Amino acid sequence: MSGEKDLEQLKKEAVAKAKAAAAAKRKAKELAESGAKEEEAAPAEATGDDLAKQKAAAVAKAKAATAAKRKAKELAESGASEESPSAEDDDLAKKKAAAVAKAKAAAAAKRKAMGQASEGEEASAGGDDDLAKKKAAAVAKAKAAAAAKRKAMGQEAGGEETSGGDDDLAKKKAAAIAKAKAAAAAKKKAAEGGAASGDDAKAKAIAAAKAKAAAAARAKGGKASAADEPEAPKAPSPNQKYLDKYVEIIKKHLGEDVLEDSYINNLSKDVPTLVAKRDSYYKVAEFLKFNESLSFDYLSEIHGSDFETHMEVYAHFYSYKNRQSVALKVKLDRDQPEIESLAKLWAGAEWPECEAYDLVGIHFTGHPNLRRIMLGEDWIGHPLRKDYEPYDVEV
Amino acid sequence: MVRTEEILLNVGPQHPSTHGVFRLVLTLDGEVITDAKPVIGYLHRGTEKIAENLQYTQIIPYTDRMDYVSAMTNNYVLVHAVETMMGTEIPERAEYLRILAMELNRVASHLLWWGTFILDFGATSPLLYAFREREMILNLLNELSGARLTFNYMRVGGVKWDAPEGWIEKVQEFVPYMRKQLKGYHDLVSGNEIFLSRTKNIGTYTKEDALNYSLSGVNLRSTGVKWDLRKDESYSIYDRFDFDVVTRDAGDAFARYECRLEEILESLKIIEQACEQFPQDGPIMAKVPKIIKAPKGEAFVRIEGSRGEIGCYIASDGKKEPYRLKFRRPSFYNLQILPKLLKGENISNLISILGAIDIVLGEVDG
Amino acid sequence: MIQDLLHSSPGILNFGIFFVLALLFLFVILGFVTYAILAERKVLGFMQGRIGPNHLGGRWGLLQTVADVLKLLVKEDLIPKAADRPLFILAPVIAFAPSFIVVATIPFTDKLQFADLNVGLLYYIAISGISIIGTLMAAWASNNKYSLIGGMRAAAQMVSYEIPLVMSGLGIVLLTGSLNLNEIVAQQQEAGWFILWQPIAFVVFFISATAELYRVPFDLAEAENELVAGFHTEYSGFRWAMFMLSEYVYMFAMASLISVLFLGGWLPPFEFLGFIPGAVWFALKFSLVVYILIWFRATFPRLRADQLMEFAWKVLLPVALANIFLTALLKELLSIF
Repeated sequence: MSGEKDLEQLKKEAVAKAKAAAAAKRKAKELAESGAKEEEAAPAEATGDDLAKQKAAAVAKAKAATAAKRKAKELAESGASEESPSAEDDDLAKKKAAAVAKAKAAAAAKRKAMGQASEGEEASAGGDDDLAKKKAAAVAKAKAAAAAKRKAMGQEAGGEETSGGDDDLAKKKAAAIAKAKAAAAAKKKAAEGGAASGDDAKAKAIAAAKAKAAAAARAKGGKASAADEPEAPKAPSPNQKYLDKYVEIIKKHLGEDVLEDSYINNLSKDVPTLVAKRDSYYKVAEFLKFNESLSFDYLSEIHGSDFETHMEVYAHFYSYKNRQSVALKVKLDRDQPEIESLAKLWAGAEWPECEAYDLVGIHFTGHPNLRRIMLGEDWIGHPLRKDYEPYDVEV
Repeated sequence: MVRTEEILLNVGPQHPSTHGVFRLVLTLDGEVITDAKPVIGYLHRGTEKIAENLQYTQIIPYTDRMDYVSAMTNNYVLVHAVETMMGTEIPERAEYLRILAMELNRVASHLLWWGTFILDFGATSPLLYAFREREMILNLLNELSGARLTFNYMRVGGVKWDAPEGWIEKVQEFVPYMRKQLKGYHDLVSGNEIFLSRTKNIGTYTKEDALNYSLSGVNLRSTGVKWDLRKDESYSIYDRFDFDVVTRDAGDAFARYECRLEEILESLKIIEQACEQFPQDGPIMAKVPKIIKAPKGEAFVRIEGSRGEIGCYIASDGKKEPYRLKFRRPSFYNLQILPKLLKGENISNLISILGAIDIVLGEVDG
Repeated sequence: MIQDLLHSSPGILNFGIFFVLALLFLFVILGFVTYAILAERKVLGFMQGRIGPNHLGGRWGLLQTVADVLKLLVKEDLIPKAADRPLFILAPVIAFAPSFIVVATIPFTDKLQFADLNVGLLYYIAISGISIIGTLMAAWASNNKYSLIGGMRAAAQMVSYEIPLVMSGLGIVLLTGSLNLNEIVAQQQEAGWFILWQPIAFVVFFISATAELYRVPFDLAEAENELVAGFHTEYSGFRWAMFMLSEYVYMFAMASLISVLFLGGWLPPFEFLGFIPGAVWFALKFSLVVYILIWFRATFPRLRADQLMEFAWKVLLPVALANIFLTALLKELLSIF
């Protein structure tokens, strides 16, 4: 891919134009939007065009129009060679290019547009061309095109590969912790781009090299380092001390190996999350309820989910004494999802466990009255399992 | 030779007092209930399954249909969950519109409950008085969202429609009117001897029972637990308003009755303050992508709905549809304590006990 | 006129006259029921901030009930498979007939009365008690648990409230020394209405009467919210209409009885208003009682079965007994009567 070659240059540029990162961020957001459109194809396109036109109009004072026109021609050509360029598109491109001309980093924009165009060949999606143009315009307007471009790279890469599992999550978490405002935008992009492990390396390299550079770069850097060591967030959650306390007490009383994992779930209002081992789940739950200093007397929610690789039971507890929440999870074998019932500890778990049994097919041993509470006993299959096949003659 | 036997009585699923398709298999000894088995699921529409194939914005109408009496809070819990995951900042004006919509809806919901609760005792008039006021709220919400019951009003990042011209003034007019009517409600019903004899010391449970059975909302507060998520785990901009958490210690049907009526007053307080603080202008939508994608991971948020704690669990794999969506539906949890409360009670008390729990079957069955 | 007829020798002609008169009277009562239902709906509507029937028969909805009755008559006659057929068919008739019979003894004016019995009050109470057999029969024959519970409640309620009803009526009997309703009214002409002399009895009688009529707050037998529709759950069409009819005819009869016993029947409240015919006064008083009954319905929630029994035996009966004692004292000490 041409993107890879660009990368080095882009990096350099990023450092150079670091001061204008804020503007880039804003652009980046728009990019993300248009990126989303790209995936969803046609319907949103029209509005995107409008947006671009407005932008172009705003910048219309363009002084160095000639250079721009040349570039626009090039753009139009590259577009035309691939597919159906409407007259409107041409106009648009010209206008945009005019805007581009105003910018000093026009060269970079051109290169980028080209790169995108070539990508468009691969993807052969009508939206891509537009996107490339828009991006070019955006890039041109801003001085720090680099950050945005790198993000665009992420998108490209995302198109190639499907995203990988856990470290992605950790990255996102870390990003959230780095409470920089930019993080929100960056996160979204990351989610969309679905930065894969290969791409990761690139990102990491960039980040490591230019850690102090622009805000966007910072956000990415945070992500990268988080991938290395997820337990070292930049700003520790206010709930970290509670989590430490829980883990400490549990380990002290129940032994070292009852918990599989424990972390702060930043996506979920920083709730301390404990992942119990399958065998010690009931013990941990019982301990959470009856231990003096924990006393989670209220079960707020319990349900099961099918994660294809495993089943999971998620329970959310609250302690009215300490005014603290905790989430307890346990992973189950998907082929034989069986776990102790909590209905003996919290009577409120009875129906939700029936629901989990009914819809996901998790068996709760020791449940006072495990039944198919919603669908009835004659229903075949468990609908919320991912491999559920509806068995219904009328469908 | 006299032979007595227990009667097995099927209450519902089509029964006037179950307020929906709820079935209760009662074993009666004369008119005394010896055993009660609730049967639910008649209204199960598989919202959570459907949601797995829908984008987040498309799920919002489905939340309307869970607790159809108080759809705004259901709207909110979903968008709140997604926003929490995405870390979206909501514009001021949108926050105020959301608060107003939710609190108005809470008042409407409590009014409906009040009317039907007393209707269950055979008094028909209060229902119509309650509906008169509820109608005004529904009209207000209609002006805001374009729908009277299933609003589909909130979006991830804000709300769908801005308040029409003069709407805030209308809400401000409504608040004192509602206060006046509420006094009338108390005059009409709260002191009625027959009503008192049918609710006092009926369906009593303790604080420990309430916590053990995962009750929430008024059902919990009526036992003296001072707990309101709006205050204690403040979300949105509830921390800007001055209101009280209403509690009672008795834990009987009448305590729940009093709590709900007083909660209407507290909601009115919030509405009043929100109207005063309402920002003149500003955006009603945050800058969010057209296609909402929650970041990979999971989140569970809970808010104070009209019937208790509404929770929303989202497990996302970063796609535009949730991987797993789960609602903690307060009515479903609250209903669990029913068999325990019914045992040994007269069949006539069934309606005051069931009524005081305040269930909506759309929410029970999900 | 009727007195003369009653004393004349039996014959085809007399039978014919009686039959025609009775038929006439039946239609008068049916007319009353028709408009009582409309009035009830209108009054309820007024009290609940609604309009009530307003489409059929002009803006007052004057033909609404007529249409309702017609609808009931043409409805399919449903008899549940598991029901006890003969009893099921018989029950509405048994419930309805006594309600019509009791009206015979009510004096509407000094002239307009079908049977001037010496034991008028006793007759009324005795006959009205028969209705409960119809109710029980319906409850049993329906083979429905809600019906059965409703029927049992109705029977228990009837038994419990007959007693305070009679006991409170006894005060008046003590004062007048007669069970004849005509004489009771005549006494009130001299001494003033009995509501003034027997206020306690009036309250007890009114409450018991409401209970006898199964009206809110004593409508447990058909408590919709608990028992779906009580003893007539399985009834529909004209059979159900007969239950409905008997209920409203009883309301008619009971309102008349209360007017006669306590409100001076056809007597004007003041002498100088005597130029207005007695029938008008009777109608006014009677309407007032009916209005209060409807008013009750709009305001009160329902009692619970055990509270209902408690109220009858622990409150109403002692009060009624005390009232008899007081009346006896009053009669001895004041010696007006």
